[in-house]
Amino acid sequence: MAPIVSIRNLTKSYASGFTALKGVDLDIEEGEILALLGPNGAGKTTMISIVCGIVTPSGGTVTVAGNDILTDFRKTRAIIGLVPQELTLDAFETVWNTVAFSRGLHGCKPDPALIERILKDLSLYDKKDTVLRHLSGGMRRRVLIAKALSYEPKVLFLDEPTAGVDVSLRKDMWQLVERLRAAGVTIILTTHYIEEAEEIADRIGVINHGEILLVEEKKALMAKLGRKQMTVELAEPITAIPDALAPYGLTLGEEGHRLVYEFDSSGERTGISSLLSALSQCGLRVRDISTEQSSLEDIFVELVGAGK
Amino acid sequence: MNFEAIKSIYFFEMARTRRTLLQSVVSPVITTSLYFIVFGAAIGSRMQEVQGVSYGAFIAPGLIMLTLLNQCIGNGSFGIYFPKFTGTIYEILSAPVSMIEIVIGYVGAAATKGLIVGTIILLTASLFVDISIKHPLMMVLFFVLTAVSFSLFGFMIGIWAKDFEQLNLFPMLIVPPLVFLGGSFYSIHMLPPFWQTVSHFNPVLYLVSGFRWSFYEIADVSPVVSLVTVLCFLLVCLSITAWIFKTGYKLKN
Ligand SMILES: Nc1ncnc2c1ncn2[C@@H]1O[C@H](COP(=O)(O)OP(=O)(O)OP(=O)(O)O)[C@@H](O)[C@H]1O
Ligand SMILES: [Mg+2]
Repeated sequence: MAPIVSIRNLTKSYASGFTALKGVDLDIEEGEILALLGPNGAGKTTMISIVCGIVTPSGGTVTVAGNDILTDFRKTRAIIGLVPQELTLDAFETVWNTVAFSRGLHGCKPDPALIERILKDLSLYDKKDTVLRHLSGGMRRRVLIAKALSYEPKVLFLDEPTAGVDVSLRKDMWQLVERLRAAGVTIILTTHYIEEAEEIADRIGVINHGEILLVEEKKALMAKLGRKQMTVELAEPITAIPDALAPYGLTLGEEGHRLVYEFDSSGERTGISSLLSALSQCGLRVRDISTEQSSLEDIFVELVGAGK
Repeated sequence: MNFEAIKSIYFFEMARTRRTLLQSVVSPVITTSLYFIVFGAAIGSRMQEVQGVSYGAFIAPGLIMLTLLNQCIGNGSFGIYFPKFTGTIYEILSAPVSMIEIVIGYVGAAATKGLIVGTIILLTASLFVDISIKHPLMMVLFFVLTAVSFSLFGFMIGIWAKDFEQLNLFPMLIVPPLVFLGGSFYSIHMLPPFWQTVSHFNPVLYLVSGFRWSFYEIADVSPVVSLVTVLCFLLVCLSITAWIFKTGYKLKN
């Protein structure tokens, strides 16, 4: 199946001369959830803004459902929803009116029943007549989401949807994303919370300095780059690693109480059983063993760190 | 054409007027009433008639134009400047609309407001002085064309303005002198020849003169010239707007 969003060699130099995107290629499949990770200033918002029509690209092409975002902008923008990073709302408008406005702006006939449902889904219905400047930050974030959902987009960009959002609301947000995915909506979200990407994304893209460093299935990424660690707690401390254990590349820590073994979890043989028998042959008594998998966060830090 | 979008923008803007009713309607009515009390009743009664029309009645079309111009420029510029200022413009830019819908929505709303306030001023004026409208159709034509062109002009200012100071530059500093020196309160025939010539470079002269002609059949310049001037101004504003949208000038990075 053709990707729903296809970005080819996209570049952007701002008027200041700063190059925010340096030839980005990215395909987004219909119905998937793609998480974009990247440090501040990586170019995430710039990329999203170009796809949505807020920023003009300097070079390259973007198509959405087969239509070019510049020449067929009416078709592409009608099916794209955007929840911007900044909480920009008209302070004097009411919740209901601003959501209805978004729907009309996207060429849809009024549908009060739909708006009512969206507001209820986002626990905003009791605030429908409240003026926006009287809402808390988390509520405003939800209003922005309601606005973007008001015209039932097929592709939804969420630019840091959970920034400054409390834990329970974040969980709600994840559930919402799940529901939308079940309804067939393609979702692209940016986040600085790596556990968020780990939790909800199908694929993960890492962007830094205006370049996509990688895009991978989450599971494959974790398996490929995810190293496992086994920590062995010794009953009696040792001063040096016995020669017989040299091939395992162990590190000694905690004043001789702890041996750390790193292995590749996707490999055929992990070497754990042979290490354990080697330990007992050396006469070392083991008190405890624990294993730990490197998180997406470690992977991310490693990737972005390498780019520096 | 995305008609729903035009409707949305238009009614959104009209709703904003309702919220600021005092500022949009009441204040120009009070200002104009003061003009009529001072110039129409107090001083006007001691003034000679101008070309067969009482002074109070003579200044009415100019005062209506003054209000119309200020309202249209103010509303037209604020309507687009405000979303730019708050950042909500992102929504307009990412919506499936072209410049045509945006302009019809914003400029249409600004012109409507201008026309409503202008009509109220006309009614207010008729309470103070005797007003006759000899050419109602021409009067409406001038009224509507002026409202549309100056709302469009305001819209361009709103896009161009970087801050509130620039936004207020035209309504506060440029429009009043043009209106006052454009024959709103006198016929330019009362001026020395040099200043008569200078006045002909003032576009507002043509507006006021044509508008006044539709009331009393007295004019400083031929009404046809007035009409052509207004149409040219509209055309210039339309072309600049088209260019702004083509290039994304000051709207997109
Ligand atoms: N209007 C602009 N003019 C000039 N430079 C800009 C403009 N907008 C963004 N930039 C620069 O482009 C780079 C990328 O910005 P962008 O907002 O896309 O980053 P981001 O990945 O979204 O970061 P964050 O995580 O902080 O939101 C930054 O270095 C920023 O300073
Ligand atoms: Mg950003």
